[in-house]
Amino acid sequence: MIKHLRSAADLDAATATLILDTAGEMAALAGREVKKLPTLRGRTVVNLFYEDSTRTRISFEAAAKRLSADVINFSAKGSSVSKGESLKDTALTLQAMGADAVVIRHPASGAPHRLAQWVDGSVVNAGDGTHEHPTQALLDAYTMRSRLGRLDGLKVAIVGDVLHSRVARSNVLLLTTLGAEITVVGPPTLIPLDLAAALSPATKVSYDLDSVLPDMDVVMMLRVQTERMQDSYFPSAREYSRRYGLDIARMRKLPEHAIVMHPGPMNRGMEITPEVADSSRSTIVEQVANGVSARMAVLYLLLGGKA
Amino acid sequence: MTSYLLRGVSVLGAAPADLLIRDGVISSGAPEDAEIIDADGLVALPGLVDLHTHLREPGREDAETVETGSRAAALGGYTAVFAMANTSPVADTAGVVEQVWRLGREAGLVDVQPIGAVTVGLAGKQLAELGAMATSAAGVRIFSDDGHCVADPRLMRRALEYVKAFDGIIAQHAEEPRLTEGAQMHEGEVSTRLGLTGWPAVAEEAIIARDVLLAEHVGSRLHVCHVSTAGSVEVLRQAKARGVRVTAEVTPHHLLLTDELAASYDPVYKVNPPLRTASDVHALREALIEGVIDIVATDHAPHAVEDKECEWAYARPGMVGLETALPVVLSVLGERWELIAERMSRTPARIAGLTGHGTDLKVGQPANLTLVDPSARRVVDPAELASRSRNTPYAGTTLPGRIVATFLRGEPTVLDGKAVK
Repeated sequence: MIKHLRSAADLDAATATLILDTAGEMAALAGREVKKLPTLRGRTVVNLFYEDSTRTRISFEAAAKRLSADVINFSAKGSSVSKGESLKDTALTLQAMGADAVVIRHPASGAPHRLAQWVDGSVVNAGDGTHEHPTQALLDAYTMRSRLGRLDGLKVAIVGDVLHSRVARSNVLLLTTLGAEITVVGPPTLIPLDLAAALSPATKVSYDLDSVLPDMDVVMMLRVQTERMQDSYFPSAREYSRRYGLDIARMRKLPEHAIVMHPGPMNRGMEITPEVADSSRSTIVEQVANGVSARMAVLYLLLGGKA
Repeated sequence: MTSYLLRGVSVLGAAPADLLIRDGVISSGAPEDAEIIDADGLVALPGLVDLHTHLREPGREDAETVETGSRAAALGGYTAVFAMANTSPVADTAGVVEQVWRLGREAGLVDVQPIGAVTVGLAGKQLAELGAMATSAAGVRIFSDDGHCVADPRLMRRALEYVKAFDGIIAQHAEEPRLTEGAQMHEGEVSTRLGLTGWPAVAEEAIIARDVLLAEHVGSRLHVCHVSTAGSVEVLRQAKARGVRVTAEVTPHHLLLTDELAASYDPVYKVNPPLRTASDVHALREALIEGVIDIVATDHAPHAVEDKECEWAYARPGMVGLETALPVVLSVLGERWELIAERMSRTPARIAGLTGHGTDLKVGQPANLTLVDPSARRVVDPAELASRSRNTPYAGTTLPGRIVATFLRGEPTVLDGKAVK
């Protein structure tokens, strides 16, 4: 088993599949009255969060607790970090406390890579800057596999601000590893020029959502921050919605079986309309539930559990 | 003054001969009472001249001082370095440039020539008192806002014109700031993969293209700092073919390293302009050999540990380079001593109008020279650097060539590979 999960590229197909299978076993546990396994008793998992992210932090916390680990939440606000402590000093502190795993969310790309150089425990990337969010990709892959029964050959559109999206990067890498065919869709300003060369040569790029939808098994809508407007990535929220937002009319272009995903938090009315988000095709709430199972699987396997 | 006899030295790779240094100059005649230095197997080069050094004093003496930077320079084979203006306070007045110049004289290891800021506080709004700096004791001739681009085209035009009065030259840090907001590394495949904001090559090329046209229009001299892209080379090639008075430098690291190194997220590889691709490296090497790029300049940029031992995005850009420049160039160009002397000594001295440096090692000329053992190999150990900072990208790398001795006006600043003070 790998030691750290810093990037979805750390996972080969066998390892990724093992994590998804393990997540399935963990999910079965969620249906039981006692939702707890003793596996990580006596182990310490630190949630080191430099960005506000209630849902990801709670998801990791629930995952670690269901595995009976001791959980320490270290939030950058109101801590030594706000007094100017460096990541390295924080890392050495966590090291001294004997953290077996550090789950890190950080606004700077590559912070988990730096952290891994300073701590002995496992490092799990819970989102770093505009780089990656590998456990999100795992829970997304898990959700797709649960709903559609397979990943190999699945056609997946990832739509929106790919340039700034850590979710998109991790999903392209992981889903490609698992045999899915990815098309990224968005305005050219929000798609990196070298995307396919950088991540996976088979990745397709389209600027036209309508032409892509009829072929897709999955459409994953990314959050688009309205601040991008001020930076001229697109002219207005209205124009963005019109060209790249998913509304009922567009959703009807999808095949019957296709699902709609969103990593949250959503901008309802911007990239996705409420009717679509709340429709039966939407897996958005399921993704949250699957997040706990996927993260349990990651912590379990990284910390030496056997499948 | 002690006399020195360099016994069996090979001047620029020529057949071994004795070289006598007396009264600060290369001398002839009988070497009576001269101290003998066994130079068997050593190559003599004119003392190296660096047009682009950050000595950090005043302001960041924790990262480097004029003295420690001078020592690093001497150990790297340099006899003159030009100190960039982005100190604190900024070297934008006669007072600050004279302070740096005086500190250099006191250290006495290399000639420290201050570069003056083009604009007040490097803010890019208003010309600094360029004339006052030119007529100060420091005799400033090169002006640069390095670290920042003189982005305003009208201000750049005025600066280019104004310094004609005292044969000054503007050294431009070519970076269109609107195209590099938040930029962390070269924009390309690697930046996309790493999720780091890209610094597109066009941001450099667009400014160089504009500036060669401005320099042509007003008939001024332009020097381009740290050229880093193949596209910039093409712009320079065309400008030179038209007769524009433009010169350009490349750093050792841009001749050797590529953006792939950023994959470690170790900010020791973070530098501005950023490391580019292998094809850029290739184009820069060719341009240096051909002369489209005139010189090698180190852009020696010392940084305190805490400014590098952090997240990539929060780290300061820059690498130390004085002590490794010649070995890196040797590894890139091989033992082409004439070419190395041209690109690292004569031409930089000529661009700067610096007399007494970059001269041939002939009788009567100032004894500014360095002795290199080309057969030696050295593994770079950051702890051994004389610079106060440790941010070398070459830690653990084996590089050819060892600087054995350096002489400044006939006095050794380095002997047996060690600084004399």
